[in-house]
Amino acid sequence: MSERQMSGAEMVLAALADNGVETIFGYPGGAVLPIYDAMFQQNQIRHVLVRQEGGAVHAAEGYARSTGRVGCVLVTSGPGATNAVTGLLDAQMDSIPLVCITGQVPTHLIGNDAFQEADTTGITRPCTKHNYLVKDIAKLAETLHEAFHVARNGRPGPVLVDLPKDVQFAIGTYRTPDEFEFSYRPAFEPNMEAIEQAVALIAKAERPLFYTGGGVINSGPEAAKTLTELVRLTGIPCTSTLMGLGAFPASDPAFLGMLGMHGTYEANLATHGCDLLVCVGARFDDRVTGKVSAFSPGSKKIHIDIDASSINKNVRVDLPVVGDAGRALTMMLQVWKEQGHKSRTEALKPWWEQIEIWRAVDCLAYEKGDPVIKPQYALERLRDALKGRDDVYITTEVGQHQMWAAQFLPFDKPNRWMTSGGLGTMGYGLPAAVGVQMAHPEAMVIDVAGEASILMNIQEMSTAVQYRLPVKIFILNNKWMGMVRQWQELLHGGRFSESYTAALPDFVKLAEAFGGTGLRATTVDELDQAIADMLETPGPVILDVAVDETEMCFPMIPGGAAHNEIMLRRQDQTESDPAAREEGMVLV
Amino acid sequence: MTDAGNPAIGNAERIERHTLAVLVVNEPGVLARVIGLFAGRGYNIESLTVAEVERPDLTRGQGLSRITLVTSGTRMIIDQIKTQLERLVPIRRVRDLTEEGPFVGRELALVKIVGESGAENVRRGDVLRIAEGFGARIIDSSESSFVFEVTESTEKVDQFLAMMAGLGRLEVARTGIVALSRGPESI
Repeated sequence: MSERQMSGAEMVLAALADNGVETIFGYPGGAVLPIYDAMFQQNQIRHVLVRQEGGAVHAAEGYARSTGRVGCVLVTSGPGATNAVTGLLDAQMDSIPLVCITGQVPTHLIGNDAFQEADTTGITRPCTKHNYLVKDIAKLAETLHEAFHVARNGRPGPVLVDLPKDVQFAIGTYRTPDEFEFSYRPAFEPNMEAIEQAVALIAKAERPLFYTGGGVINSGPEAAKTLTELVRLTGIPCTSTLMGLGAFPASDPAFLGMLGMHGTYEANLATHGCDLLVCVGARFDDRVTGKVSAFSPGSKKIHIDIDASSINKNVRVDLPVVGDAGRALTMMLQVWKEQGHKSRTEALKPWWEQIEIWRAVDCLAYEKGDPVIKPQYALERLRDALKGRDDVYITTEVGQHQMWAAQFLPFDKPNRWMTSGGLGTMGYGLPAAVGVQMAHPEAMVIDVAGEASILMNIQEMSTAVQYRLPVKIFILNNKWMGMVRQWQELLHGGRFSESYTAALPDFVKLAEAFGGTGLRATTVDELDQAIADMLETPGPVILDVAVDETEMCFPMIPGGAAHNEIMLRRQDQTESDPAAREEGMVLV
Repeated sequence: MTDAGNPAIGNAERIERHTLAVLVVNEPGVLARVIGLFAGRGYNIESLTVAEVERPDLTRGQGLSRITLVTSGTRMIIDQIKTQLERLVPIRRVRDLTEEGPFVGRELALVKIVGESGAENVRRGDVLRIAEGFGARIIDSSESSFVFEVTESTEKVDQFLAMMAGLGRLEVARTGIVALSRGPESI
């Protein structure tokens, strides 16, 4: 409780500090100079100067995802704000809590097409959870506190506060967050009856499956522990979305791997064949469901989600449970125990036998190359080099390398895997790694990248060098936009339109030019040493791994296909009717 | 306006029309949020009315506006619209009047009828008889024209316009409906 007179700019910093912010990612400009001036005169908030505003938002996302806290961004008006848009939508799609403060031209110039003016609240309305334009200093403190409240409660997401320059200079009264009550109060507590029904369904299903997502991670590390306990206690198999990896330990035998377009054979066939699908904190995204009408056709579906609008959006479910994933899992665990249910391992024996048959297919198998490095092999060697370490955080860019990383790197803990899922933003991984490393200075932070994606935000290498952030950039370099190439091969008659990068930089020299270290591996026998060097070299390192140019990522459920039409290798490409392929082509 | 059916959900389902009452905090941009939601997700708006219904009180400085919205879609889409509206931060309450029981809906139309070429061509007798039947009030008249005000359900307004259409050239301004549930229950 306190009341102090101060400028709007000082209020921003006071509000950040009172909401637990220690690090903010940003880039100065005319319309935020008063805030940067106030920042210069304090020591509480540490500012990380990125090289492009888009990098600031992804860095804040990495920071938020790896800590469970709200990530914070400060950028200027106009181009500062528009550069931030992609990151905001990325955070919106993946439910990452952010507060982004944008400068705005003075209130009397708004609407005049002033220098560096953009209709920031208009532009960002559909890509934020909520946004504000603060025109009155009297509303500033409350708005900033509410922004944090909205970002972190309910389904988390990005919140933007647009702040005209004159309001930053204006003097007003600052009040602390505890003095306000906010009307935004999303549902948190699940309905007990629904939980009891869910437990009853789990207790009698013959082929049940947990399908868990990023909601479990957003709910906090306790939710992941509860999920693990519940899965082990019930003896039911568990699959995860891309966003949910790490909530349930990958090393547990009950884990079937990721499901969906590039998910494992066993996870997808189990999803297709189960009679009860327990979805916790996931949203039946089109990458997961494939052809909706053929998705998990024989199952009853339970859907636990904090966002009621996610329920029955894509797939009709039988038992909706609106509320926090962690709370729902705790209640389910409690009811399961109270009602004295036994582990279902024995009763589910036929189901597990079936799953083991699918597992035996060994869907991630690939043909080893020599001397050419297969990308999967590179990730296996990276995985083995990291074995036994408890301090590893992985970020990725977007494309084939991202899917291979999801398939081949095991995550046993939540908050260790940062990837752009919903929006699929190339260029996410390096700035995200910067954010993760800021939050965990001693940790091993690795950006698994492709050579195309990394070029989208390579400028953040400079940020990593400036702040002595020892991020490791592991480039699987096949000279192609690999996933684009894969789709062109499978769906567009092998017409590789514009997916080859004919002029790539020398990544070793590039790393050195930035002031980091560059390493290269071009053959199988160079790989292990290069990985060891990457891990041991202090400071930012780029390891450029030359991999097989034409390798494709399998398994793959082609667009418009059902889970049981999963392709395991190139030869599985169906010569089926062209109509089906046309249908796949129009989907993304 | 088209039916923006999500193909994933199946088009076999019947299209329903629902009238929603939505209480929102009266702040800048709130209407843009609601309309943007419909535009961005391809939902249908058949009519939308909005006005402040609760004045801001002195401490909070926030008033409430009520939006009456008529939309159509499959059951799943209608449910999506409601839950998507509910998760907007400045939205206080969303009620589906169509689903929750009987309600009354009224809209106001101003209707100008003009004779084709001079007053003698407006069939004044016919026009006035029809207007009387619908309880329409004359709020302006000239030698060759009338302006009527009619407040009725959408269907009744449609009927009124259909009958008038044969009697002269029409210009119409309609508000779209405002609606309240019947009985003692309130939103």
